[in-house]
Amino acid sequence: MSATSARPSHAAQPSGSAFILKKALISAAVALVLFSLMIGIRTEAGPQGGLIYWTRFGDLAALVGTVFGGSIIIELLRQWWGPIDTDHIVPKPVQAAMSFAGRWLAPALLVFAFLVPVIFYNQRYILDLSILVLTYVMLGWGLNVVVGLAGLLDLGYVAFYAVGAYSYALLATNFGLSFWVCLPLAGILAAFWGVLLGFPVLRLRGDYLAIVTLAFGEIIRLVIINWQSLTGGPNGVSGIPRPTLFGIPLDNSDDGLAAKLGIDFSPTHRIVFLFYLILAMALLTNWVTIRLRRLPIGRAWEALREDEVACRALGINVTTTKLTAFATGAMFGGFAGAFFATRQGFISPESFTFQESALVLAIVVLGGMGSQLGVALAALTMIGGFELFRGFDQYRMLVFGIAMVLLMIWRPRGLIGHRAPTVYLERNQAISSDLVKEGHG
Amino acid sequence: MSGDPILTVDRLMMRFGGIVAVNALSFAAERRKITALIGPNGAGKTTVFNCITGFYRPSGGAIRLAHDDGRTMQLERLGDFRITKQAKVARTFQNIRLFPGMTALENLMVAQHNALMRASGLTLLGLLGLPSWREAEQRAIELARTWLDRVGLLSRADDAAGNLAYGDQRRLEIARAMCTEPVLLCLDEPAAGLNARESGGLNELLLSIRNEQGTSILLIEHDMSVVMEISDHVVVMDYGVKIAEGSPQAVRDDPKVIAAYLGADEEEAIAVMESGT
Repeated sequence: MSATSARPSHAAQPSGSAFILKKALISAAVALVLFSLMIGIRTEAGPQGGLIYWTRFGDLAALVGTVFGGSIIIELLRQWWGPIDTDHIVPKPVQAAMSFAGRWLAPALLVFAFLVPVIFYNQRYILDLSILVLTYVMLGWGLNVVVGLAGLLDLGYVAFYAVGAYSYALLATNFGLSFWVCLPLAGILAAFWGVLLGFPVLRLRGDYLAIVTLAFGEIIRLVIINWQSLTGGPNGVSGIPRPTLFGIPLDNSDDGLAAKLGIDFSPTHRIVFLFYLILAMALLTNWVTIRLRRLPIGRAWEALREDEVACRALGINVTTTKLTAFATGAMFGGFAGAFFATRQGFISPESFTFQESALVLAIVVLGGMGSQLGVALAALTMIGGFELFRGFDQYRMLVFGIAMVLLMIWRPRGLIGHRAPTVYLERNQAISSDLVKEGHG
Repeated sequence: MSGDPILTVDRLMMRFGGIVAVNALSFAAERRKITALIGPNGAGKTTVFNCITGFYRPSGGAIRLAHDDGRTMQLERLGDFRITKQAKVARTFQNIRLFPGMTALENLMVAQHNALMRASGLTLLGLLGLPSWREAEQRAIELARTWLDRVGLLSRADDAAGNLAYGDQRRLEIARAMCTEPVLLCLDEPAAGLNARESGGLNELLLSIRNEQGTSILLIEHDMSVVMEISDHVVVMDYGVKIAEGSPQAVRDDPKVIAAYLGADEEEAIAVMESGT
């Protein structure tokens, strides 16, 4: 408990040119010692098989000089920036502009999301990418319930995505059920598996919980691969029916939507429909989560993240609270999975690897645990940004990794780290991320 | 002990492996009275608390709680959260356990979880935002407001609990326990770390809880000014057994108690007392 802890105070850092020079000299000396043998002397096998060597003092001097100069530059930059967690004094108009942007960012993003198919109607690539981003926004919002609100670290979230996808795929291909019947079923089945996962991990915390959820994700994937008679094994399920607009298919048949409306058929219609479908599903997830946060169950989730022992002392049933968190998160994962299956038309176990879980978790952590807007921004950055870096070719992962590390240094608690209270008497003020716990699992 | 006990602890045993932390302890806490449980460090007071509030399952003995309506409950069989939910026993902790990242008001709302869960129709009615749920939520906010006012934290209602001063956190924890509407309030060292003025305020708060709410209070305390001023009955423990009980005055003059606190023999303590008076 850090009941009396205050923000760590930073001792005044020494500054001045003498300090900078001393630091640069020490760095240069270290570089000299290191590089004198590695760079300064070059050895090679000579023509007679003996070892010959020659010196490269010019290169050595250049490197040591670079280290010396670089050290001075870095130190100057650091002094200019100040300690990492100081609040930099921002001029009032900039502050006002930022708070204005903060208030209008979410509505602006929402309006933009609604207009994407209108603006980019002819750019199939951007439409596909937006659908992908929205799928991850929805997955992120779903996992946010488990990780961000309840503080239960779940590394196997992709399992529920897989359950949802296979539920729809198998029900639709085997029994001919429509997407709209299967969607709730996929959610219910995923929630059921969420509860099933919840039971054995109820007593686990932190690292142990993470390992078991990781294993659970793998178990689901391995079962899908090996249960050939049901799931088709590694070959996956193909020919999954496309979604219909309440029974009206979106194809170029005589019953299709285009024919009924009397307009020319275009394959883009289906893409736009899919876009609005996932947008609606994601917004539903968001709405439900925001509502739940203000209900006793949501407050209990957050209280659980803050202090489980205190929850028990207040008469909160920790077991059902954890299970409902797992079930709710899993249900949204299942919905997203059903959408994924209907969009792709083909699913195989390869789509449900650990990498997906890690990606969704990274979105939640990067966005700021518990923050809906943060998760949406993080999904946009992670999925959209990843596409943006395509120009870097083989350095794409490297650039992406560096960007993530820098982001986490800059904002260690995610893009939006503060927490908004669920109820207030007079002032609706955000709570600093220093006070909000991450949960112990 | 005569009267109308709300809590009866009967031959309570608690063993951790070979260590007997509480050995055949029996005592009773009377209804609408303040009972203090005192003793030197390591006497087993917090262990008794953890048995009463369900954090430990006793190795033996019985803990009975008698409600006003005559129902009795065996606390040692309930365990965990049901003790607060069904038996209406609330507790605070020696090292404050608030929800630091939630506001003071939210802390008190979490305490009303069970009542609100029923009102929200296990979340479903609340999700739809039915009027009955909104009324229940307003009532819960009003109850929280009342308690914030009583502990003098109304102006800090929207501040994060982790940002409050230490003494304020102590009082908020008591308010949070009271928001579960308990019949028995168990306080583990409520005055620890408070200055003289704050512990004076605590005394008044506890007395008002006893007199106005009619809540029985069981408290562990080291601060003798609190124990002597407000307790109606004092139970003294040492090495897991009861060594004395009675009124604050009687306990203070008991040579066994003085011996336990001074770590001396009983004869020596009597000698010290006689030479002192």
